[in-house]
Amino acid sequence: MTQPAPVTTAEPPVGEAAGRPPLGLRADVRNLSLLGVLAVLIAVGGITRPDQFLDTSNLQLVLTQASVIGVVTVGMTFVITSGGIDLSVGAIVALASVWATTVATQEYGFAGILFTAVVVGLGCGLVNGLLIAYGGMVPFIATLAMLASARGLALQITDGKTQIVTVQSVLDLGVPDAYILGIPPLVLVFAAVTVIGWLLLNRTTFGRRTVAVGGNAEAARLAGIDVRRQRLYLYLLSGLCCGIAAFLLIVLAGSGQNTNGNLYELDAIAAAIIGGTLLSGGRGTIVGSVLGVLVFTTITNIFALNNLQSDVQQIAKGAIIVAAVLVQRRTARGAAEA
Amino acid sequence: MATPEPPLLTMSGITKSFPGVRALDGVDLEVRAGEVHCLLGQNGAGKSTLIKVLAGAHQPDDGTITWRGEQVTLTSPVAAMRLGIATIYQELDLVAGLSVAENVFLGHEPTTAGFVVRRTSARTATAALLRRLGHPEIDPARAVGELPAAQRQIVSMARALSHDVRLIVMDEPSAALDPDETANLFRIVTDLTADGVAVVHISHRLEEIRRIGDRVTVLKDGRAVAGGLPAKDTPTRDIVAMMTGRNVEYVFPERPSVPAAPTRPPVLRVEGLTRQGEFAPVDLKLRPGEIVGLAGLVGSGRSEILETIYGARRPTAGRVLVDGRPLRPGSVRAAVRAGLGLAPEERKAQGLLLLESVTRNVSVSSLSRFSRGGWLDRTAERAAARTATRELSLRPDNPDARIRTLSGGNQQKAVLARWLLRGCRVLLLDEPTRGVDVGARAELYAVIRRLADDGLAVLLVSSEVPEVLGLADRVLVLREGHVVHTAPARELDEHRVLDLVMEGSPTP
Repeated sequence: MTQPAPVTTAEPPVGEAAGRPPLGLRADVRNLSLLGVLAVLIAVGGITRPDQFLDTSNLQLVLTQASVIGVVTVGMTFVITSGGIDLSVGAIVALASVWATTVATQEYGFAGILFTAVVVGLGCGLVNGLLIAYGGMVPFIATLAMLASARGLALQITDGKTQIVTVQSVLDLGVPDAYILGIPPLVLVFAAVTVIGWLLLNRTTFGRRTVAVGGNAEAARLAGIDVRRQRLYLYLLSGLCCGIAAFLLIVLAGSGQNTNGNLYELDAIAAAIIGGTLLSGGRGTIVGSVLGVLVFTTITNIFALNNLQSDVQQIAKGAIIVAAVLVQRRTARGAAEA
Repeated sequence: MATPEPPLLTMSGITKSFPGVRALDGVDLEVRAGEVHCLLGQNGAGKSTLIKVLAGAHQPDDGTITWRGEQVTLTSPVAAMRLGIATIYQELDLVAGLSVAENVFLGHEPTTAGFVVRRTSARTATAALLRRLGHPEIDPARAVGELPAAQRQIVSMARALSHDVRLIVMDEPSAALDPDETANLFRIVTDLTADGVAVVHISHRLEEIRRIGDRVTVLKDGRAVAGGLPAKDTPTRDIVAMMTGRNVEYVFPERPSVPAAPTRPPVLRVEGLTRQGEFAPVDLKLRPGEIVGLAGLVGSGRSEILETIYGARRPTAGRVLVDGRPLRPGSVRAAVRAGLGLAPEERKAQGLLLLESVTRNVSVSSLSRFSRGGWLDRTAERAAARTATRELSLRPDNPDARIRTLSGGNQQKAVLARWLLRGCRVLLLDEPTRGVDVGARAELYAVIRRLADDGLAVLLVSSEVPEVLGLADRVLVLREGHVVHTAPARELDEHRVLDLVMEGSPTP
């Protein structure tokens, strides 16, 4: 142990391992290609709407919009990497945003709103996690049930009305005066969540266990990992991210609504998948997920600037998901046959 | 003796490359009607690729295939099937949710008006096939998922026979079967060949090849090093030498001249451990430095006992003690914390993280050792994993290699390295050499013995009696969930163990 390993490069592994880029590199290649897509999109935006698209305020807007769904996607990436799925993220964002903006909550000011949003998110994640990890429910079903219940509860709380935020310190976070070096605070929160998420997934035992559970839950269990506890933590993490996203949405919209977070589950899953996270678990990339979010948000923005309706946006999104997954399958098949 | 009729199948100069590797490099294979032709070779010799070419699943880059005197191209599995070539893969390709009859006629269902499946006639035909195969007790209407492995194999055979088949390729058909079932399988093979059907049989077990084989082709590194050898008369050492390029039989390491000191207190004690319906109360003591073997047929409760000791199954009675302290029942984590480690039977399904590197497979049970506050020290992790894999001479010596690309023997070493790194004291080995080729086995045996010499206690389960007898110090013979005999390995021989396994009555 005292003697450092000699720096002999290992002889090229025999057979199918030969001529293959080292582990992790292919994920980087995919990230590069997503960066390329993003660059093309920016070029398209710059050419079709040169006056508006590259304007600082528009870029700030794009990033701000990406922040809300981005934070949700980071949590979703962990869940998918572990072999699970969380269909309830949009509903949790809705419930957290309305619970945190009731008249009663707003009396407690900034802290009351933030605390409530986070606790509601964690609470929903706890229920998901307990049902899945200890109740033995399939994640798809458990989180589908949470989707329905949380949306219902959100409607019950608001009675379908928009709850305007009156706490000035919360609203102040969204105005240009609060920008730090031109960066909206919401974007800084997103950046922080991304960095923490990346470190958590790639540099900690928690991340390693997440990947192990997703790659082979039975092997992880027999290796002595507490798979159930890990699953519980993962849905808690996703719930926490939803709570944070709900708070960002409250700042952004200045209100809480039971229709918030509509279809976030699909956007988050799609962003994670085109980023390169395996839907079957065992491999996940935070950088890819964030790039996926940026691609989708940029498309939405470009379409809006060009006065194209949301139906066209949806079609384009669908096409991108198909293209990305086809590329992934080709990569995967190449790896399997090599 | 010499038949003038042309061979049923001639493959010549078959070449197939995948990116970075030439799997087949000009292989010749000739199969005659009505013979059992055995295909031998180590893992990675190209057997699987060759039969996939024959099944139409892979297209060869070069070479010709002649079928009953005519040159053919097998563009797809359907094309091969139409010619009368059926393949039974190692991982049986049956649909668990469909019935036996539905599986047998999957893709060529008897129909009315082209699309309405005639279920009754499918079932009748299936029942007839199952009778022919000597298994009339299998109900054609039952879901395949409910059948035991041996019966699924029969269903696969029935499916092959539901076509007008002239050549059946079997990839390690006996791997999951016990001797009785294997005997039945061989009886079927004999019947088939009597009808003129040819069988290409892949197996690791030389004694099987002696029993039913007519001729042998040996593959090594993508080439046929010998073709059409007589299966009965070619000396074993010649075959092994051709497969490995070395002259090795099963070589077992020497036992220490002084058996593990009986004075040392046992590290593992199992007292009256029971699982209703699986095994009767088992008592067992394991001392450091000792290898104890569990011998028995498939279904005798061997793996179940191992997994219950490990906490992966919850016992209905009894307890497991490590250093005199009882383990929390049904908790893998408690067992691991107390110093137990398991190399499971299904290495890929239960042991490995297939998408990951060697390092990560080795370190997965010791992550907290390389972390401070959850933060991983990846340099220390990699270095420690490398030390452990080097100690076991794992090849390739590259901690970043993907575990999936390793041979079976080296994958097993990675699992052992995992527990070595963890500092485990009791190693539970379930079929440690399954899927490991002959040459690598001897090395694995040496590794296991060395670990015992270093003070580990090893509990070994194997369906190969010579392996248990050769490696273990003490053997427990199991029959239908009961320990029927316990003796030092040197006082037993294969016949005695097989007698006990088949005939022995449970001790009171």
